[in-house]
Amino acid sequence: MTQISQSPAPRAARSNTGRFIGLATLTTVVALLPLALPNAFYVDVAIRIAILAVNGIALNLLMGYTGQISLGHAGFFGLGAYGSAVLTAHFGWSPLWALLAAAAMTAVIAWGVARVILRLRGHYLAMATLGLGIIISIVLSNETAWTGGPDGMAVDSFSLFGVPLSGERRWYWVFGGLLIGTVILAQNLIDSPAGRALQALHGSETAASVAGIDVGRRKVGVFVLSATVAAVMGSLSAHYAGYINPGIAGFLQSVELVIIVVLGGMASIYGSIFGAVVMGLLPQLLAGYEGWDSVLFGLIMVVTMIVLPRGVVPSLTARLRSTRFGTKGNAPC
Amino acid sequence: MLSELLQFILSGVTLGAMYTLSALGFSMIYNASGVINFAQGEFIMVGGMAASFLSATGVPLPMACVAGVMIAGLVGGLVERWAVAPARDAEVASVIIITIGVSMILRGLTEILLGKRPHALPHFSGEAPITVLGATILPQSLWVLVVGALIVLGLNLFFGRTRIGKGVLATAYDRLAAQLVGVDVRRVLTLSFVLSAGIGAVGGVLITPISTVAYDTGMMLGLKGFVAATLGGLGSGPGAVAGGLFLGLIEALTAGYISSAYKDAVPFVLVFIVLVLRPQGLLGTKPTDRI
Repeated sequence: MTQISQSPAPRAARSNTGRFIGLATLTTVVALLPLALPNAFYVDVAIRIAILAVNGIALNLLMGYTGQISLGHAGFFGLGAYGSAVLTAHFGWSPLWALLAAAAMTAVIAWGVARVILRLRGHYLAMATLGLGIIISIVLSNETAWTGGPDGMAVDSFSLFGVPLSGERRWYWVFGGLLIGTVILAQNLIDSPAGRALQALHGSETAASVAGIDVGRRKVGVFVLSATVAAVMGSLSAHYAGYINPGIAGFLQSVELVIIVVLGGMASIYGSIFGAVVMGLLPQLLAGYEGWDSVLFGLIMVVTMIVLPRGVVPSLTARLRSTRFGTKGNAPC
Repeated sequence: MLSELLQFILSGVTLGAMYTLSALGFSMIYNASGVINFAQGEFIMVGGMAASFLSATGVPLPMACVAGVMIAGLVGGLVERWAVAPARDAEVASVIIITIGVSMILRGLTEILLGKRPHALPHFSGEAPITVLGATILPQSLWVLVVGALIVLGLNLFFGRTRIGKGVLATAYDRLAAQLVGVDVRRVLTLSFVLSAGIGAVGGVLITPISTVAYDTGMMLGLKGFVAATLGGLGSGPGAVAGGLFLGLIEALTAGYISSAYKDAVPFVLVFIVLVLRPQGLLGTKPTDRI
């Protein structure tokens, strides 16, 4: 009864053509965008948006489909980033192995935590995930010998089989490709039997478990998946940025991801991309107006939840389609 | 040795009184409306900031403190009317997101209006520490403890003896039934926000002379208040007191004997353990879900 069932379960049977058009549009935009970006600064902004989008989509799988809120997701991003940084800097691992190890470690941690906390609901789950994120960022700030403490640490550039990856333009293709890959993956997941199970769970957990779905296992699975995606993105963006500090794992970063999901729309993949574009551009527009960024982010959250509780993209597409979709599909609870 | 322990206990109880006030605010709003108000910490901050700003402009200290609490109460009421009430029937997660949004708005506005630097208040009755069995305690800490205790007592009387207090309790118990017997539920909900913002702000005003206050101090205080409320059992008044004091003590003892770097992690580890072992909190009753 404490689930986010505001939006009706998304249309599983969305036609393949629709899916193809969306993907083709996204690919075209990603492919052509560099032509329109005049200098490295804009490429950097585009890369940051792609990172936010991938993280947003991953978190949306959790929030949008299982109705679980996570207020600590940046913690996993930070674990990935610091895992890579520490393994390459202190142990001399190659970046690829460090990335894989950091992702695996995060997955194990997420799995262990998820088994315990996903039994909780609503406020308690929010509290537990929030606590997890804060614990992670406190550990990162305090283990100065390994992480450099609040000052952060430098991260070597990424190299794959001896070929170094450097320069905004090259990284752009990496993150652009990852974004497209994530969209394909997420769409396929949603339309797979596992995804259908998730959608059932989203409607009503009780009904889903009556229908024979192992609710607990599904939830843990999605939680681990989205945490691992965040860790991989953390590793890559650490290598890309060349420098990290514990702020990347902080509460505000977790909130930023939640804003991306709710602004774009729960259970909407393209919604999360929209949310990432907004959240990636706003800080650039508001740079120099200290305090106003926080006010504006807050306003976006409050106004979206009151006016468009289903998020921008689902609300607009529903209006465009103007089908029977207007009714709220709340499970009676 | 003993005086050292006593020292940690004294500072723990002072911290605990502060967390108790924060937790009471959480519990009151949760009881009346089922909302977890993630902006609770911002109420504490607004109270402290407003009081120290007024005091710095020359307003006498007692008036500045009272005004700070009243400003925070007003902010609380406005938050309820403008942000929380319009989303009355929304899901838990939506309301959580709204209150986080409100906290960011309040934090940003304070930063814009009063700047980033920490603000202070003069100690209410001097800064000379009082020595108790080898340990010392600031007079200001006594203020925190005494006023905290008075607020707990006052709330008890308010809920037990006054008509409007009983109305709040009735609303907490069953909103529809309360409405049917003539409780003005709208007013009760706004009142619960005003009151918990005011209580939080009292804490903020009292603690500011000891620890100063800045636009971003509210978040941690609020989160710890939430932890304290969760530890004691959400919605339980005695639970908030027990949870707050327990949290303050554990934090002070950790800082003293184990690691001061990790003292901020303690509440969250603690809440993790409690949520897993006893999700309803130490003093809460087990919730039952309707399907």
